[in-house]
Amino acid sequence: MTTIAEMPAGFADKVLSAQSTFRSVMDAMARPGSVQRVAASVGTPAGMMRGSAAIALTLFDHDTPIWLDAAMSATPDVARWLKFHASAPVVADSAIASFALIGDAANLPALERFAFGSSEYPDRSTTLILQVDSLTQGPAFELKGPGIDGSALLQAMIKPRDLFQRLSINEALFPRGIDVVLVHDDNIVAIPRTTRLIASGV
Amino acid sequence: MNAPTYNFAYLDEQTKRMIRRAILKAIAIPGYQVPFASREMPMPYGWGTGGVQVTAAILGPDDVLKVIDQGSDDTTNAISIRKFFGKTAGVATTTSTMDATVIQTRHRIPEASLHAGQVLVYQVPIPEPLRFLEPRETETRRMHALAEYGLMHVKLYEDIARFGHIATAYAYPVKVNARYVMDPSPTPKFDNPKMDNCAALQLFGAGREKRIYAIPPYTTVVSLDFEDHPFTRYRFNAPCALCGADNSYLDEIVTDDRGGRMFVCSDTDFCEQRQAAGHHGTESAAPHKEKAHV
Repeated sequence: MTTIAEMPAGFADKVLSAQSTFRSVMDAMARPGSVQRVAASVGTPAGMMRGSAAIALTLFDHDTPIWLDAAMSATPDVARWLKFHASAPVVADSAIASFALIGDAANLPALERFAFGSSEYPDRSTTLILQVDSLTQGPAFELKGPGIDGSALLQAMIKPRDLFQRLSINEALFPRGIDVVLVHDDNIVAIPRTTRLIASGV
Repeated sequence: MNAPTYNFAYLDEQTKRMIRRAILKAIAIPGYQVPFASREMPMPYGWGTGGVQVTAAILGPDDVLKVIDQGSDDTTNAISIRKFFGKTAGVATTTSTMDATVIQTRHRIPEASLHAGQVLVYQVPIPEPLRFLEPRETETRRMHALAEYGLMHVKLYEDIARFGHIATAYAYPVKVNARYVMDPSPTPKFDNPKMDNCAALQLFGAGREKRIYAIPPYTTVVSLDFEDHPFTRYRFNAPCALCGADNSYLDEIVTDDRGGRMFVCSDTDFCEQRQAAGHHGTESAAPHKEKAHV
């Protein structure tokens, strides 16, 4: 069992690291498909990438129930680290989670298991934070939607391979839906619910 | 000296996290008003408490902040907010639209076109475009859920029935990304076309009403209208008396008590840049004329 002294650190500078990380996430959300970098230095518990750890410390607190997938909850490290640094409650029911941390994206549960929000309050939905193999190499995905001037090209190794097909429910559900932040190391890409896949594998 | 210091950009970190989460959802659902736990700010409601909270949540030490009130950099509201962030965040401030990374605005969009990477933060008094038509929040919320916006078209139609044209001149309703009808805050409708396909991110904060909403860059923003009564812009039919611009939004300045008046650019930075570039107006009062500006 890790003691507090052995636990990975949080942000070196809580205030400015959270600010710079938020701006990266905001820019990513405002420009879907663009790769943004998280510059803040942050300690990471086993299984968590730097990007996910920085996003967690920037956006999670006692108001945000967190759901962890099997990979993230394989050891108690992530839950303990989140509890210590962010005071965020870790919940077993993914349908009430504000954020879901997915370490093993290949085994991403069906999206219906997360919160889509309601028609009156579509903002009460789960944001998925999905760790992927690469956000600079791999198959190409051509995207369109608000925030994109014409179309955007994302090259990424994403599991599950059919992520964008699954996310197409966002089109039918809108304004309800699922927003996704893809993370690889310190790179992040956001896929808000308004983003549509034009073509893939080009 | 042990003077108490503010947290960076005044707000505490938990408040910033809450506002930041609201901003991200607002960007993901363009035009939808996200409720947030608005805090009391050291200024009265109506002075931009919503805009200030949004600005405080996004501002970083490398940002360059510009604040305008009705287009002007040098009114009380603009100066006090600029000084507020100068003091609490130590950020650089500017009056130049081009040099700013974050622009907080009350009721105008700058004349110069904004570029990618900039964030425009609007101060919003009443975020709900349907509020004066339907006072119950439960009802307006359902109307947004069902995209039931017939009432707004009836309002615009009543303008036509009564005045012969759509007389709504400011806070002119827009439809964002073909889904949500949104109040662009009380900007003159002259500014509405600038919101469409804008390269900058637009964030809206309403402090008293506790709502945040957003328009991502490159998003379709359409002013509501009818086929036989298309949306038109509107400005005083005069060149600016200081810089001679004939395409900017004008303020009417009363110059004496005998009906004398002159028209000058509402956007002071735009006007000053033009004067610095050698453009000059007549600097005299002009007779009052109005016409539609297309």
